[in-house]
Amino acid sequence: MTLGPPKSFRNGQAVPGAAIPTVAPRAFRDLVIAACASGARVCALYALPSGGEVTLHVLLAHDDVGRLSMLATRTRAGGSFPSMASALPSTQAMERAVFEDHGVLPEGHPWLKPLRRHPALQAGSGTEPGGPQGPADARRPEHPFFRVEGAGVHEVAVGPVHAGVIEPGHFRFQCSGETVHTLEIHLGYQHRGALARLVAARPAHRTAIAESLVGDGAISHGLAYGVVAEALGGVAVPERALALRQVALELERISDHVGDFGALCNDVGYLPAASWCPRLRGDIQNALGLLTGHRFGRGFLVPGGLIAPVGDDVLAELARVLATFGREFTQVVSLALDAPSVLSRFEGTGVVSQAVARDLGLLGVAARASGCDLDARRDHPLPGCRPLPSAPSVQATGDVLARARVRVAETTRSLERIQAQLAAMPDGPVRAPVGPWAGDAVAVGLVEGSRGQVTHVGITDANGGLAAYHVFDPSLLNWPGLAMALRGQQISDFPLCNKSFDLSYAGHDL
Amino acid sequence: MEVRMPGLIATWWSQGRRTVPTPSDASRLPEWFRGRPVLQPERCLPDCHACRDACPTDAVNTSPLRLDLGRCVACPECAAACPTGALTMSSDHRLATTRRDDLILDGGPARLAQAMESRTRRLLGRSLRLRQVSAGGCNGCESELATAGNVVWDMGRFGIQFVASPRHADGIVVTGPVSANMEQALRDTWEAVPAPRILIAVGACAISGGVFCGSPQCRDGVPADLPVDLYVPGCPPHPLTFLDGVLRLLDRLG
Ligand code: SF4
Ligand code: SF4
Repeated sequence: MTLGPPKSFRNGQAVPGAAIPTVAPRAFRDLVIAACASGARVCALYALPSGGEVTLHVLLAHDDVGRLSMLATRTRAGGSFPSMASALPSTQAMERAVFEDHGVLPEGHPWLKPLRRHPALQAGSGTEPGGPQGPADARRPEHPFFRVEGAGVHEVAVGPVHAGVIEPGHFRFQCSGETVHTLEIHLGYQHRGALARLVAARPAHRTAIAESLVGDGAISHGLAYGVVAEALGGVAVPERALALRQVALELERISDHVGDFGALCNDVGYLPAASWCPRLRGDIQNALGLLTGHRFGRGFLVPGGLIAPVGDDVLAELARVLATFGREFTQVVSLALDAPSVLSRFEGTGVVSQAVARDLGLLGVAARASGCDLDARRDHPLPGCRPLPSAPSVQATGDVLARARVRVAETTRSLERIQAQLAAMPDGPVRAPVGPWAGDAVAVGLVEGSRGQVTHVGITDANGGLAAYHVFDPSLLNWPGLAMALRGQQISDFPLCNKSFDLSYAGHDL
Repeated sequence: MEVRMPGLIATWWSQGRRTVPTPSDASRLPEWFRGRPVLQPERCLPDCHACRDACPTDAVNTSPLRLDLGRCVACPECAAACPTGALTMSSDHRLATTRRDDLILDGGPARLAQAMESRTRRLLGRSLRLRQVSAGGCNGCESELATAGNVVWDMGRFGIQFVASPRHADGIVVTGPVSANMEQALRDTWEAVPAPRILIAVGACAISGGVFCGSPQCRDGVPADLPVDLYVPGCPPHPLTFLDGVLRLLDRLG
């Protein structure tokens, strides 16, 4: 297929690489900062090495008009570019990744620590992520953990192996007594080299890797990959497949939100909801299983549609299961959010202000609980799909209670959306053949997953082969939000705050 | 303080008792569940490699037909590709084994997990405390392991429990392809568990690297020098598959 050269484009569109405006590094930084000052959001920043040069791409979302735009700049291999992280904290992690993956220095970066690569760990010289790290690069300043000094200040180190059945990460708290001054979150333990595997894999096998990036985000990541592949292959996905995919995506959201609500109740010792919610989540996982054959929805999506058709009897059964679930979940929530012991722990805990949320570029539940009105389902609907008809659930207070309320409201909303979709399910095929991919093109897939906007970018070579693939899980942007939420809190509230964000380590580390 | 007892009791009543009966050979998962693949090599067409070519993890081999459950992520592509029904999926959840070789299916009778030797079983008594180490796990396996402890599967009733310290544990449960960045932490945790200790590898990742097999950033699962006592395949394994395997290992099933 051939591509026109749009200045701005929509979710699920492929653009020719050559059509991306290329500017000098300084102008690149200034233009991005200016665009963000007038409401744009950085969704992706990555580097593409070729020969002795490195090209940087930035992907901006213009939520108010539902469009995306890209900008490029070039520097020599081993060169540098002016960092924008001080002006746009949302880019700090992306710039660190560019540096450690490609050796291009973001000049003036305030906190150029390794993000995912820790040779000291790999050499077996300890499990502490301190000390000299990252690819040997004399330009990288040494970065010990941030320290607060003074009488009575002490340090608490947690992880990488945690007390629960969860993924690994390292947390470093600076405290006076119970009060946390700062929390530094150090990740990278989960780095699997997943994107390199995805690029190297045969095309038919890539969805399985995308689905394994984040276990409880298999649908959102699988779908984002599908959107990229479909944009490059120029295919119109049949309507029935589009509708069923959205049903699966909302089921995934409900599953994650309900599990998380139960975990929050568990952390404040409200045991009735702590025991009921995992069972309710199991019902939703089984509903997802009924639809997809897998409790996390793997092996269901394929570029062009779905792997196999889904019968109407399955959909009728799904509607029935969800109706029962809706009643039971409402019972549990109304009890829990009416219990003074729950409210007193949720309210005012782990506050993130709207200004901080905006600066850090928080996404999903974390953003909406802090008053940021953004949701890719409304602002950047999937190709061929109608946007979310109403405003997303937004709360103003930015605390654990707000994040819990957003999850509850979204669960209800997703249930309604699924039921409406099941009632008006189009007939017809569920899979269309995907053509050969466009050469020298860039395609973007945005999906509002349960944690927020999942961003996938695929870049093809001249023959339409996959040259590079970049993934930005919402967790990459949201982890610093958790660090900010902990400031001035009691250290004992860390598990509660952590659960309220419910971030993915694997999605961050890839 | 207003106590909402009526609401609480009514909800308690309507939520009901949800714990499933003790797992046994008669336990059944729903039809949709993609469990044990069924191989009928006699149906293979000569020179057909459709299943092998369809598999994202190189789990299938043809002539003769073999399927390595340790690599399989139950994606159904092989069954969909097979023109003769020589390879189909069943909902049988009993997949765990005590030997790596037993995970290689050839169409013969299933080789299920064996009980460990009686001296270790006696030492453990009626409890098994486990430390979980996620080493590159995507949270699918971790989530299903946590589910095995909820009110539905309730592994606590068999004395099986996850604990917060390796010092309190009788063994570890490893998930993930063992990212290079986690290898040392995994070894340290293992060393911190007092002997006799067991090691359970959960999920395709921990057994073989799964879809990340071959990545230079991973170790293709639990390193070969660590002794695995139980392999629980799946991506992720169903909580019942995990329970089935551990109960067989403890000789507590049937
Ligand atoms: S079901 Fe298992 S063996 Fe078959 S193609 Fe998928 S991963 Fe390979
Ligand atoms: S085996 Fe599957 S579910 Fe388990 S960690 Fe690996 S990719 Fe995730």
